[in-house]
Amino acid sequence: MTIDLKTVKHISKLSRISIDDNKAKKLSDDLNSIFKFIEKLEELDTEKIEPLTSIAETNLKLRKDEIKSKNIREDILKNSPEDNKDFFVVPKVVE
Amino acid sequence: MSNIIDLKLFELVEKIKKKEISSTEVTKAFIDRSQKSKKLNSYITENFENALQKAKQFDEKPDFNKKLPSIPLAVKDLFCTKNIRTTAGSKILENFIPTYESTVTQNILNEGGIIIGKLNCDEFAMGSSNETSFFGNVQNPISENLVPGGSSGGSSSALAAKLTPATIGTDTGGSIRQPASFTGTVGLKPTYGSCSRYGIVAFASSLDQAGPMTQNVKDCALMLEVISSYDNKDSTSVDFKRGQYLKDLNENIKGKKIGIPKQYRVDGMPKEIDELWKKGMKIIEDNGGEIIEINLPNTNYALPTYYIVAPAEASSNLARYDGVKYGFRSKGENLIDMYEKTRSEGFGDEVKRRIMIGTYVLSSGYYDAYYLKAQKVRRLIKNDFDEAYKKVDAILTPSTPSSAFKIGEKTNDPVSMYLNDIFTVPINLAGLPAISIPAGHDKSGYPLGLQVIGKAFDEQNILNIAYSIEKNINFKNNINDWWIN
Repeated sequence: MTIDLKTVKHISKLSRISIDDNKAKKLSDDLNSIFKFIEKLEELDTEKIEPLTSIAETNLKLRKDEIKSKNIREDILKNSPEDNKDFFVVPKVVE
Repeated sequence: MSNIIDLKLFELVEKIKKKEISSTEVTKAFIDRSQKSKKLNSYITENFENALQKAKQFDEKPDFNKKLPSIPLAVKDLFCTKNIRTTAGSKILENFIPTYESTVTQNILNEGGIIIGKLNCDEFAMGSSNETSFFGNVQNPISENLVPGGSSGGSSSALAAKLTPATIGTDTGGSIRQPASFTGTVGLKPTYGSCSRYGIVAFASSLDQAGPMTQNVKDCALMLEVISSYDNKDSTSVDFKRGQYLKDLNENIKGKKIGIPKQYRVDGMPKEIDELWKKGMKIIEDNGGEIIEINLPNTNYALPTYYIVAPAEASSNLARYDGVKYGFRSKGENLIDMYEKTRSEGFGDEVKRRIMIGTYVLSSGYYDAYYLKAQKVRRLIKNDFDEAYKKVDAILTPSTPSSAFKIGEKTNDPVSMYLNDIFTVPINLAGLPAISIPAGHDKSGYPLGLQVIGKAFDEQNILNIAYSIEKNINFKNNINDWWIN
C-alpha cells in the first residue's frame, strides 16, 4: 500500500495539522517507509487471538462521585492563551 | 572529604543525616556544576534560587526522617511541577506553568527532595536521541557531538555529568534504559502500574512508566522506593505491596534461572555487544545462577506493533493541544484554521509524523487492519514472556543494539532511529520491569549496557541480579569534563 499526497492531505485534515505541499511530499515518503516496516505484521495469523487492550489486569476501582476541587476557576484559566477571566476564548464560531 | 558531586546518592543521604555536610553545601555544589555545564544543554528550566532557599530552610530546621533529606534533584521535563514551567520539550507548551504536581514528583518532595530544575527531553518523549526537542540537542558527557540517547536525554546527560545525584525519566519504549545505556548509567523501567502516571505529560498511556535513573544500583533501589506508590488519581495504578527495595537489596543470585532469548542476537550487532552479553552470562553462572536458553518467537514483531500502538495513543492524547485551554496559540481565520495552524506551528516534525500515523491507523477502514491487528500481536508478545517465565526467574539481554551515535547521524531516516529500541520495546508492550546497567565499553570507549527483565512486580529480583552483575563488572565511566572550559 502506498500513502499518496491525497491521503497525506486527508490525514492532515483529520489530525487538524495544516501542512504545506513541500512538507507533504517528504511526509508521504516517511510514512511510506514506516508503513512498509509496520506491514510486517501481516505475516502473522491472528484470527483467533484476543486483542490486548490493557496491560494492567486490574478491575477499575469505584469511588464516590464527590467534588474534590473547589474554586479552581483561576487555576484552570491561568494557562489559557487568551481569556477574559471567566471563559476560554475562541475565534467566532456562530455568525 | 571527596568532592560532593562525586558522592553517590546514598552517600549524600548518609552524610546529610550524620550532619557531615549541609544541604546548602550539597545543593550549591550541584548548582555550581550545572552552571558550568550549559554546553551540554541538559536543562530546559532552572530552579536554582528556589532550591537554594529550600536547602537553607532545611539546614535551619532539618528533618532527617526522610529518604531524601533535602537532596537536590533535577527531573525530566515531562513531569508537571507546580509553579515550575513544564514544557515536554515542545514549543506548544513553551510557557506552560502547571498549577498542580505530578504524583511522582510529589513523592520526591514528600521524602524531602528538592527540585533544582527540569531536564531536556525529546518532544513529548518521542525520540531516541533527544534531537526532537524544541529546546535543542543535548550533548552526551562521554564525548562531544554524541547523542545522550532519548527520550530522557537531558536526564541521562545531567546524571552522567554529575549535575544531579540522581534523576527520574519516563519510558514508553526504552526512553529510560536506552539513554542510561548510552551514558554509562543505571536506568529502571518499573512494571506498568508501579509508578503513578498522574501529572506526567501523556504520550502513549498503555505504555508510559516513570522510573529512576541513577549512578548505581543501590541508588536506583532507593529512588524506586521513593517514587513507586499506589495512586487513586491514576486508574491504571496497581495496589500491590511495594518492597523495601533498598533494605532488601542483596547480591545473592544463587539458584536463579536466567533466560537468554536467542531472538535478541540480531544481524549486524557489534561484536563487543555479543561479548558483553556473554560476560554477563558468565558472571551469573560464576555466582551460582543458571543460564537457560529461551524462546521469544514474536520479538521481531514488537517494533512494528509499537509503531502502531504508541502513535495511535499519542494521536488521541495530543488532541488536547488545540490552542484553547493552555499552550501556544496561532492566529487563524476561524476556529478550525486556528486549530490547524496552532498544531502545525506548535508541534515538531517527529510529533506530527506520529500523530498522523496514529490518526491513520485509527481511521475508518484501517482500524482493524492496523490497530486491532497490533493489539492482537501485543497479546502474542506478552504470551511469549508468560511462557518464558514458566522456566526462568529473569531474562538477560543487551540494552541496545549499538552504542551512542553522533548527533545528526540518524535524523533523516525515522526507521533506522526506531531500530534503537529493538531490545527495550517488547518489555513495554508486555508491561514488565527492566533495568539497564552499564557493563562495558565499545572500541571507541563508549558505554554499553546490559538489560535484566523481570516478571511483573518483581523489581526486587532484577535489582538484586543487577547488583550482582554491577559488583562483578566494576564499570568505570570515562568522563573528562571536556565541556567545562
